Amino acid sequence: MLVGELLAHAGMDEGKEVTWLPSYGPEQRGGTANCAVVVADEPIASPLLTEPQSAIVFNRQSFDKFAPLVAKGGLLIVDSTLVESRCDRSDIETVYIPATDIASELGNSKFTNMVLLGVYLSKVGPVRLDSVFGALEVYLTGKKSSLIEVNRRAIQAGIDYVMTKSDSVG
Amino acid sequence: MSEKVLMKGAEALAEGAIRAGCRYYFGYPITPQNETPEYMSRRMPEVGGRFVQAESEIASINMVYGAACAGVRVMTSSSSPGISLMQEGISYISGSNVPCVVMNVMRGGPGLGNIAPAQADYFQAVKGGGNGDHRRIVLAPSSIQEGVDLFVDAFDLAEKYRMVVMIITDGLIGQMMEPVEFKTTVDVSTLVTPEWATTGRHGRTHPNIITSLTLDAAGLEKWNLALQRKYADVEAAESRLEEYLMDDADYAIIAYGIMARIAKTTVKLAREKGIRLGLLRPITVWPFPRKQIQSYAGRLKGSLTVELAYRQLFEDVQLTLCDRMPLGWYGRGGGVVPGPREILQAFEEQLLKGR
Amino acid sequence: MAEQVKVVYERPRSWANKITHYCPGCTHGIAHRIVAELVDEMDLLDKTIGVWPVGCAVLGYEYFNFDSVEAAHGRAPAMATGIKVTNPDNFVFAYQGDGDVASIGMAEIVHAAARGWPLTVIFINNGNYGMTGGQMAPTTLVGQKTTTSPLGRTAQANGLPIRVSEMLAQLDGPAYIARVSLDSPANIRKAKDAMRKAFNAQVRGIGFSLVECLSTCPTNWRMTPVESMDHIRKEVVAYYPLGEFKVADGVL
Repeated sequence: MLVGELLAHAGMDEGKEVTWLPSYGPEQRGGTANCAVVVADEPIASPLLTEPQSAIVFNRQSFDKFAPLVAKGGLLIVDSTLVESRCDRSDIETVYIPATDIASELGNSKFTNMVLLGVYLSKVGPVRLDSVFGALEVYLTGKKSSLIEVNRRAIQAGIDYVMTKSDSVG
Repeated sequence: MSEKVLMKGAEALAEGAIRAGCRYYFGYPITPQNETPEYMSRRMPEVGGRFVQAESEIASINMVYGAACAGVRVMTSSSSPGISLMQEGISYISGSNVPCVVMNVMRGGPGLGNIAPAQADYFQAVKGGGNGDHRRIVLAPSSIQEGVDLFVDAFDLAEKYRMVVMIITDGLIGQMMEPVEFKTTVDVSTLVTPEWATTGRHGRTHPNIITSLTLDAAGLEKWNLALQRKYADVEAAESRLEEYLMDDADYAIIAYGIMARIAKTTVKLAREKGIRLGLLRPITVWPFPRKQIQSYAGRLKGSLTVELAYRQLFEDVQLTLCDRMPLGWYGRGGGVVPGPREILQAFEEQLLKGR
Repeated sequence: MAEQVKVVYERPRSWANKITHYCPGCTHGIAHRIVAELVDEMDLLDKTIGVWPVGCAVLGYEYFNFDSVEAAHGRAPAMATGIKVTNPDNFVFAYQGDGDVASIGMAEIVHAAARGWPLTVIFINNGNYGMTGGQMAPTTLVGQKTTTSPLGRTAQANGLPIRVSEMLAQLDGPAYIARVSLDSPANIRKAKDAMRKAFNAQVRGIGFSLVECLSTCPTNWRMTPVESMDHIRKEVVAYYPLGEFKVADGVL
């Protein structure tokens, strides 16, 4: 959810149109959460994502739910530490990254989301990296501001992973 | 104050109400609008206002009634089942000519239903609810920004006509986040306490009395006729409609609120396929923009009404257009929200096939 | 001798000089009179807002010269709360019957008392729904015949009457709770003393106050005015004892 908020906030700071829609209502059942983010140059009509251009999945249930929905030519990013499944679609690009392992090496598996965000930013980049770093400073204030640096490093780790050894299928 | 901030709908709408000069909020928890009272409980003390968590929605609306009698800008918010409980109070407030704003973040029904987005309280908001002949101005924003902007209008209209203004939205708008800009901030020190308010005589020569009771039948009929004249004035002056890509349109989707917003994408998809589709979006669902919509009779080959309910908005469309063009309808209930392609498919099936 | 003429009785300034619609022998008029006298004596006319109930006192606002509003059935304490928060320096009282307080408006009265905000409730307990024609109320005594308990109220069929004052006095919120009777000159004087304390509890910002007034309903009790006064003394007081149930520090 935070990854989505950071993207929306960064998009807003760049003067783009954005919407952020959390999983809500009946979708919430089953213990997983998700959010739909739209970043666009023109006013956004429907904020629903029935066919997302990209999906970042953190767990098996979300993999099962969203892998089939990604639009043709789109991108699926999978935390391969937690999700063993492989996507059998050939019409989208899938990136597998052991994000939880990478985050743990950085000190805490909580930063998994930032590693995955790094992957997304290097692959798609609807917003600039510095805008996301700027948004981090808005969300992590007070005591949490000490976490900005490690979050930045986690995002960078995701970017580096794509550059060096991405296990990408597309 | 023209900077954009990323806010959740239910919180942005609360801030919109405060910017519109609302200083009194009474409410009771119910999903999916809890962020509104939560926000009010933090924010009201900062602006010198009062937040009161009531013991029920029934108490909330009657506290609103009391504060409204004092001539202040006051509101409550709730979601469908809670709004049902407020109908008595809304009838009394309407019957005694005092202004207030009520926001309904609609969820699936009937009964306890669920907490997913719906538009199934349309009849309740527009036509019914409490006892007696009364109307409310009903505003239906389709984005967070529009909701924020409409709050200023809501309080102005409530005071101008001394009546209840209802803002109907849904869990989707309440829960989503969008950048929002607070363009207007009403200076509450410039608001004048109306002469009819029950604020204590404090030197006034006569007592003010606010009541919805008139025992004498002829007297109550007179009172009702005055209300009817007021409602006719509102119908003549205050109906609003957004027309989207209608200049060259052969067909129109008619929808309001979040459904209209989703249908805008349907319009774009149709135009990519060469179908000249447009959108008619009532911003006020009461007064219903009847005349504006009727002006399309004879110019369109048909319309599709789309709603998160079963033929409620459609009933007003039927009353407006009768048989003056083919009228299709598509709706989902229980909190299911159709996507743009699903709507396009319904449009093609109902209005294009076999023609 | 003229300089020795002393006014011993006059119409209160806050009384609107109208003939009330109450039945002969009904004690609403006495309760109204006490309210008017106290508003005068405490110089509250300019800052008073009365909140009137659904019940026999539904037209109460017609009889006073201060601002008034007419509430929905049972909701007077909520409406009074809404009025009070907008102008905390004003004096706001709700005038309610037993159907209003003890039945349909039970949630509103309990929570107004629990919040403890300075508001005053005058609660008229006459043991039945007077305006609608004498149906059984939550306060109707066991054995009492009403139009909906034609053979007399039974504990088995209808439960036992609710003692509102004792119940509310259990809460920490209220500053002053008392029960008085309007059956005799001596008790009416005591009733006025209690109401003065209740008004004071609000004016001095101490907290919520309620005075329950045991009242007659000769028409629906099928009694003469004198018999109905006697009935209060003999039957009603036995179940609803008079007295102060809560007196917070500073209430006088």
